[in-house]
Amino acid sequence: MDFQLDDDQRALRDGMRDLLERRFPRTRLRTVVDGHGDTAPLDRALWRELGTAGFFALRLPEAAGGVGLGLPEAVLAMEEAGRTLLPGPLVATQLAAGLGAGNTVEGSAEVAAANAVEGAAEGAAVVTALDLGPGADRLVEHLASADAVLVLSGEDAEVLPAAALADPARPIRSVDPATPLHRVHPAFEAVAGTGAVGAAARLRREAALLTAAQQLGSASRTVRMAVDHATARTQFGRPIGAFQAVQHLCARMLVRAESARSVVYAAAVTEEARDIAAAKLLADEAAVHNARDCLQVHGGMGFTWEADVHLHLKRAWVRAGQWQTAAAAEEELAAGLLLTGETGL
Amino acid sequence: MDLAFTQDEEDFRHGLRAWLADVLPTLPDRPDPADWPARRAYDCGWQRMLYDAGYAGLHWPKDAGGRGATPTQHLIFLEETERAGAPYVGANFVGLLHAGPTIAAEGTPAQRARWLPPILRGDQVWCQGFSEPDAGSDLASLRTRAERDGDSYVVSGSKIWTSHAEVADWCELLVRTTPMGPGTPKHRGITWLALPMDAPGVTVRPLRTLAGTAEFAEVFLDEVRVPVDHRIGAENDGWRVTMVTLSFERGTAFVGEVIACRRVLEALARTAKANGRWDDPVLRRRLGRIAAACAALWRLTQWNVSEAQRTGGVPGVGGSVFKLRFSEVRQELYEAAAEVLGPDALDAGHEWVADRLSSLSYTIAAGTSQIQRNIVAERILGLPKGR
Repeated sequence: MDFQLDDDQRALRDGMRDLLERRFPRTRLRTVVDGHGDTAPLDRALWRELGTAGFFALRLPEAAGGVGLGLPEAVLAMEEAGRTLLPGPLVATQLAAGLGAGNTVEGSAEVAAANAVEGAAEGAAVVTALDLGPGADRLVEHLASADAVLVLSGEDAEVLPAAALADPARPIRSVDPATPLHRVHPAFEAVAGTGAVGAAARLRREAALLTAAQQLGSASRTVRMAVDHATARTQFGRPIGAFQAVQHLCARMLVRAESARSVVYAAAVTEEARDIAAAKLLADEAAVHNARDCLQVHGGMGFTWEADVHLHLKRAWVRAGQWQTAAAAEEELAAGLLLTGETGL
Repeated sequence: MDLAFTQDEEDFRHGLRAWLADVLPTLPDRPDPADWPARRAYDCGWQRMLYDAGYAGLHWPKDAGGRGATPTQHLIFLEETERAGAPYVGANFVGLLHAGPTIAAEGTPAQRARWLPPILRGDQVWCQGFSEPDAGSDLASLRTRAERDGDSYVVSGSKIWTSHAEVADWCELLVRTTPMGPGTPKHRGITWLALPMDAPGVTVRPLRTLAGTAEFAEVFLDEVRVPVDHRIGAENDGWRVTMVTLSFERGTAFVGEVIACRRVLEALARTAKANGRWDDPVLRRRLGRIAAACAALWRLTQWNVSEAQRTGGVPGVGGSVFKLRFSEVRQELYEAAAEVLGPDALDAGHEWVADRLSSLSYTIAAGTSQIQRNIVAERILGLPKGR
């Protein structure tokens, strides 16, 4: 047992962090947020650069032009994306890149889609997602920037051109200024096409885990932001971080982030449904609550548009609603308690 | 990131499992929790069985009589013994996990030869004399005095929260050998002594906890003579000597307890299913949330043990995070148990009600959650020193 990042995983994480610091610095996030209202288009050049760096092809076999890595590496890359609040349907595009023939999990009952979405692996195409499963909220992010939509319906997955949703989808005023949202009409049903049969359950699990990884990145980032502010901001003649009331808020934030990290990383290794449910639940909670506490530590500045804290909170709300919600994750974990057998951990 | 075990680790697990399957059915009945001598005899009997099978002091260094096992092997040992329902370390806790490792690290060859083998064999029980009525979280302000008189120290003062004091042979005792003053910070001037509990002047008074049982005691010391050769490390160096032992922690401190939490949680779900409360989605979701918390504790344990194995040191961030979360989860678990039990939650004879009461100590014992958060804020997050 060696449940720690290995050297290659550290290098991948550091490389991703470097790339995003160079290509998506804070000023770029602010340009997205301040420049376009709630219809911010995706940065296609950056999307393509991510593709060139292997972000979307991370888990494709090398024979298929991919990087040949696994879910742990994908989780580390998504965590970095979440740390910087990189906008866009990163998860859907990465999953769509893996749908083509030859990319199914060996030994599974899945039938691959006829083709992967052309250009998804390279970052030339933007693929967003729509879950038509029971209880899903039918919201689609970045539809106006997308070329295609990965639609999960029942047990199957298929890819539709984004234009297919032009009629049934209506824009809403997204709470997250960097994540435009459309709501799809309740009557809309996907038309069975050349989809990946039986793939939906796996894709939902992976989407939940990769979304959890983004939440983990945000939760870690807000710990750092709170600590930096508490160290720099002086009141009553000393840094506010010297007050226990503030210290304990920050300590609780770290506990949330590190608890979430342990289950997110473990779920990436085991790929088991209940591990993923725990990962999504704790990462959502860490992202939302850490952003809230970070806002509190920032005081009045935290309530301004100018500070970045609200962007973490709003993105965390959006991601918490995507894929497995808290209610669904808790019910799945509860059901697991009644399974007989060895004490399950 | 790898959660799989090596062949060596699997072999160790299988050998242990086979041994447990052989010996556990031969154990006597568990003693009455109120009968301290019987508890001591039971715990020491189990320790002797471990010793005879070569499992005693698994995590101790080989030159101290231990097996020098890796942190992962220790994790497997604690996991398997818990899953098999084997006895806990019980009365041997302080000897095996604190006093013994301290003597192993800081004692002279003669001191090691005198005290370590009896601990490993389960022949001698140790207790801990650290906290005092006026020195709890602020342990270094302790005031029990030791005056040098020839070849002895003469010790007077009082200690509190001492588990197993009634049945212990020895006490790892922290005393003040130099008074606090302008030239002597409180951490200096402390000395570590091995106190024989049968020495004249030692009085033990059991303390009844809010659970109604006497789980620990006050120890009063009235001019107790302790030979100078019972001192571990140098005079006035006791604080450092004590801290050295903390470096023996390899992330394995609560392995059994985490598995026990999950087992109780599964039992709560089955009970709720049987009594109809499972139909309440609020309760189901509450239990599901605790399941996620237990999973995080287990993964943090694996993370910390892996880190200790890689670095040979103490888990950093993860250790404090684990302690804080574990204390809370234990309490959340038994709060949920009360909801599952309904009116039975007021029946103090129920096992879960007794455990609910004991769980209240978890955010206090071994460093309150507030002190832990101070430590996280200042030492891990690097915030300015609080006040």
